[in-house]
Amino acid sequence: MSLLDYFRSSKVGSASLAKERLQILVAHERSSLSQPSYLPQLQKELLEVIQKYINVGQDAISVSFEQDENQETLELNIVLPDLTAKKT
Amino acid sequence: MPRIIVVTSGKGGVGKTTTSAAIAMGLAKKGHKTAVIDFDVGLRNLDLIMGCERRVVYDFVNVINGEATLNQALIRDKNCNLLYILPASQTRDKDALSQEGVGRVLDELKKDFKYIVCDSPAGIEKGAHLAMYFADDAFVVTNPEVSSVRDSDRMLGILASKSRRAEQNDEPIKEYLLLTRYSPERVKLGEMLSVDDVQDILSLHLLGVIPESKSVLNASNSGTPVILDEKSDAGQAYADIIARYLGENRPHRFIEDKKGFFRKFFGSR
Ligand SMILES: Nc1ncnc2c1ncn2[C@@H]1O[C@H](COP(=O)(O)OP(=O)(O)OP(=O)(O)O)[C@@H](O)[C@H]1O
Ligand SMILES: [Mg+2]
Repeated sequence: MSLLDYFRSSKVGSASLAKERLQILVAHERSSLSQPSYLPQLQKELLEVIQKYINVGQDAISVSFEQDENQETLELNIVLPDLTAKKT
Repeated sequence: MPRIIVVTSGKGGVGKTTTSAAIAMGLAKKGHKTAVIDFDVGLRNLDLIMGCERRVVYDFVNVINGEATLNQALIRDKNCNLLYILPASQTRDKDALSQEGVGRVLDELKKDFKYIVCDSPAGIEKGAHLAMYFADDAFVVTNPEVSSVRDSDRMLGILASKSRRAEQNDEPIKEYLLLTRYSPERVKLGEMLSVDDVQDILSLHLLGVIPESKSVLNASNSGTPVILDEKSDAGQAYADIIARYLGENRPHRFIEDKKGFFRKFFGSR
């Protein structure tokens, strides 16, 4: 890269980093804001029910909500303790 | 049909009051009877920027509480007789504004005014909520800086879900971007987010870019909206914004770095 190119290139500063960080953050916040407000409570109650039967930790369950033009899906993911852990 | 414009941002100190004063004056100067309301209860400032602080007798909260009539509280602008200011109350009571009361005052203003400009306080609390709730148009004031862009995006989510138009399933609020305190030189050096960067994230209709300008402080020192300083870059930028809002097609200015040393030296790309 010649000296001339160095001066001509406009992305020597930190603005491109700012943009990158913003794009990631804003996408994340938009999706979490569009989630229904009952989600955390639902997750908490589900966990309580599951813990009655299975010995799982606080982070064993994840609930996610997706939305497109014609349907909403609720995805529930429960990670059971692995077998080796159970035996000991 | 009268229109209610909210000037909002989420983040504080980005130029909402400066913008409210400028656009209210701009609309009035174009012959439209305009009222500008300060929603920043407890931190009244629009009166200073409009230069009418010594003529405040009654305020917004007095009108809502029936302690004064709207006509008693409205202050006619000293530079333009089609422009009226409704100052905020200096009360510390956070609940001084009620949705019902604000709605009532706005309905009364709509009978007489073409444009009603609502200067929102910062944040997403009650004052900011009420400033945007009844709006038809939103001027989202954003600085080319990470926290301001993020807060603007938050505010867009609120406009789309918590406004009266959203609640009643009406046509959504029309949202416009006003990018303020812009420094083309710093953008050129890659130190500041560019108009395109901000647009890539917010994708709003760009009403205009207002450059970082000394004229803004001069204007607030003297209590005259910067749009009246017709020679200044910021004044011209606001005048362009009014023209575009009213349907004129004007090319954007103040985006390119005109006096850049490198550009002059090496030629433009
Ligand atoms: N284009 C500009 N160039 C230079 N300074 C500016 C510009 N726009 C605003 N300012 C300055 O920024 C400061 C904040 O402006 P202003 O009071 O309009 O912001 P605000 O969003 O209303 O703040 P708050 O959130 O506290 O109500 C003021 O000192 C003002 O003079
Ligand atoms: Mg303000």
